[in-house]
Amino acid sequence: MKSEQQTGVFKFILHELKPKGKIFTPFNVISALTISAAAIILFIRFTKGLGSVIHASQDAPWGLWINFNVITGVAFAGGAFVVTFMVYILGMEKYRPIVRATVLYALLSYIFYAGALLLDLGRPWKVINPIIGNSFGISAVLFLVAWHFILYMGSLFIEFFPTVTEWIGLKKQRKFFVSLTLGVVIFGIALSTLHQSGLGALFLMAKTKIHPLWYSEFIPILFFISSIFAGLSLVIILESINQRVFKRIMSYVFKSSHKNIMLSLAKTCAVTLFVYFSMTVLVFIHGKNYVYLGSPWGYWYLLEVIGFVVIPCALFIYGYRNLNLLVVRLAAVMVIVGIILNRLNISTFAYHWQENMIHFPTWMEVVVSLAVIFVQILVFRWIVRRMPVYTESPEWVGSNVEFKSLTKNIKKKRQWKVLAK
Amino acid sequence: MGINRRNFLKTLGATGATLTFGKSFGSTKGKKSDKEFYGILYDSVLCTACQNCEYACSDQYELPYSTDFPEVGLVRKTDEKRRVVLNSYETSKGEQYIRNSCNHCNSPACASACLTKAMYKTEEGPVIWREDKCMGCRSCMIACPFDVPKFEYDSPNPKIQKCRMCYEVMKDGGIPACVDACPQEAIIFGKRRDLLEIAKARIYAKPDMYYHEVYGEHEVGGTGLLYLSSVPFEELGMKTDLGTTAYPEYNKTFLYSVPAVLVLWPAFMLGLNNSVMERKNKIAKDKMN
Repeated sequence: MKSEQQTGVFKFILHELKPKGKIFTPFNVISALTISAAAIILFIRFTKGLGSVIHASQDAPWGLWINFNVITGVAFAGGAFVVTFMVYILGMEKYRPIVRATVLYALLSYIFYAGALLLDLGRPWKVINPIIGNSFGISAVLFLVAWHFILYMGSLFIEFFPTVTEWIGLKKQRKFFVSLTLGVVIFGIALSTLHQSGLGALFLMAKTKIHPLWYSEFIPILFFISSIFAGLSLVIILESINQRVFKRIMSYVFKSSHKNIMLSLAKTCAVTLFVYFSMTVLVFIHGKNYVYLGSPWGYWYLLEVIGFVVIPCALFIYGYRNLNLLVVRLAAVMVIVGIILNRLNISTFAYHWQENMIHFPTWMEVVVSLAVIFVQILVFRWIVRRMPVYTESPEWVGSNVEFKSLTKNIKKKRQWKVLAK
Repeated sequence: MGINRRNFLKTLGATGATLTFGKSFGSTKGKKSDKEFYGILYDSVLCTACQNCEYACSDQYELPYSTDFPEVGLVRKTDEKRRVVLNSYETSKGEQYIRNSCNHCNSPACASACLTKAMYKTEEGPVIWREDKCMGCRSCMIACPFDVPKFEYDSPNPKIQKCRMCYEVMKDGGIPACVDACPQEAIIFGKRRDLLEIAKARIYAKPDMYYHEVYGEHEVGGTGLLYLSSVPFEELGMKTDLGTTAYPEYNKTFLYSVPAVLVLWPAFMLGLNNSVMERKNKIAKDKMN
């Protein structure tokens, strides 16, 4: 039975690899070229030092790999903690179909963006220092963020592992890992709350360096709230793309539920965007920041807040009320652009604003940044084509829904307690 | 509020008790170290910008000599190859010089931003960088309000470069190279407390010559480098908008909320989950019936 299952899986893999046939699709060619270029660039970086490749200076110490891949990319991985919160904590079963894809996306994001962090470290061979305990810099926000990255990666891995067991056919292990899910989800959400805001807290001490329109003591809270709609907007785009790309392997449930889920996510996005906007306005008034509005910085700020917070919020509401998926997707794209703008404004553009020099990344930095994303997409595709992310679980799983077994467990325990009494 | 016999006795009793026991109660927490921070006092009025301090520093750490010199209109910056520089400014009292190096803050932002304790405030006062700990994340550079730490971007084994107040020399009872080299005694070395007294004494002795403030006394919670000048410090290109709060304080609210979030948030979620599931089960049961 088991071996049959496995040969089935292998057949499935072959089946999925062969009919695509075209290894030389435009996407594959572009990603392969980018990745090989990145490999050469990284070789130069590790032999000649960071300065030979990135445009970082003594005034702007962090380049694109940290500011874009880590600080921005992690915000986009926030979808996982929101979706797991809705499904496992609030029991909103309608979001169940997107859980696995979202968790997988987040897991890969954390793996590859932590990888990007390693590329940017000047002395990456010392990276174990904050972990092995000979030098715990517990007063550092980055210490907290680093630890939370690691722990959260573990949580995401455990959350995703049942899918892997279903692929290989490990029944016992599946049962064990499914039983861990609720605990790990709760742990993961707590970790996410802290490290999403922690990424903002990294800039708390750059008080006089960041333009007052972007700096406030509330950066951590703003980062946390924005990670909610950033993550969900990315989920909307990811799901919309995957509907096309994985059309052939996707089971009916995932297709039929798509529109409904997207519209519900749009509603959540609109609400959190509104909360974020209110918070921004509060910070704006509280900091008496209106004096800066008349400058180019002010216009840039208004573009970010009106153009990429208020308008997408309105679009989400419009799309939700008129059941218009296209508008929802448009809003999601705008949110993604807005978040990239916001994170890069804080970390790059408005950093050391007094000196009026904008630090543009080099083309080599951009290539490596893109390569990291391409690798992530390739691995994502590799996994989705093999494991039951968009297909239904194998039959031996039974009820097909982890959630049911979860509540059953709780019920059973209660019954035992009652019996014991 | 008038004072009557009863209140007076109460106050007296309380005062007496505090005097008797207060110290022993208080001293249970936070024992004061008998070590005091050392610092450097730079007196801009005495400085002639001979650059001896710069050369001495280069000699001490085997760095190349600077080829440029302080000039009005030119802002020289410290970098990975020089740890102390002098600059010249045209001020309301003519051309004046100012020193720029690490300020060795009492509670340094760089050290509190460091996740490996590579940036480290020593008990003696100098803020030093420790090679074996640093992983090169450059958070210290983000955090430092004076942009002091410099990173060797062009090295595959990069280090952070900054003034370390000649910590090793100092520990052997010596004085920092730049102080030793100064022919004008414009830079003096000593315990920070003594330096502060000297600085103030100079201001009182020549009130017309000095600007009545010691830069570094309160800035960012106090710095190990203290500055005297004849003109307001912003005329010398120094940052006067940094406030008196020690920089690590800006992180404190966030870091203090971490344990609370880690304890309360999961408990809340567990409770929420329990109630949601209970209600769901109930609804399911009702439907069954």
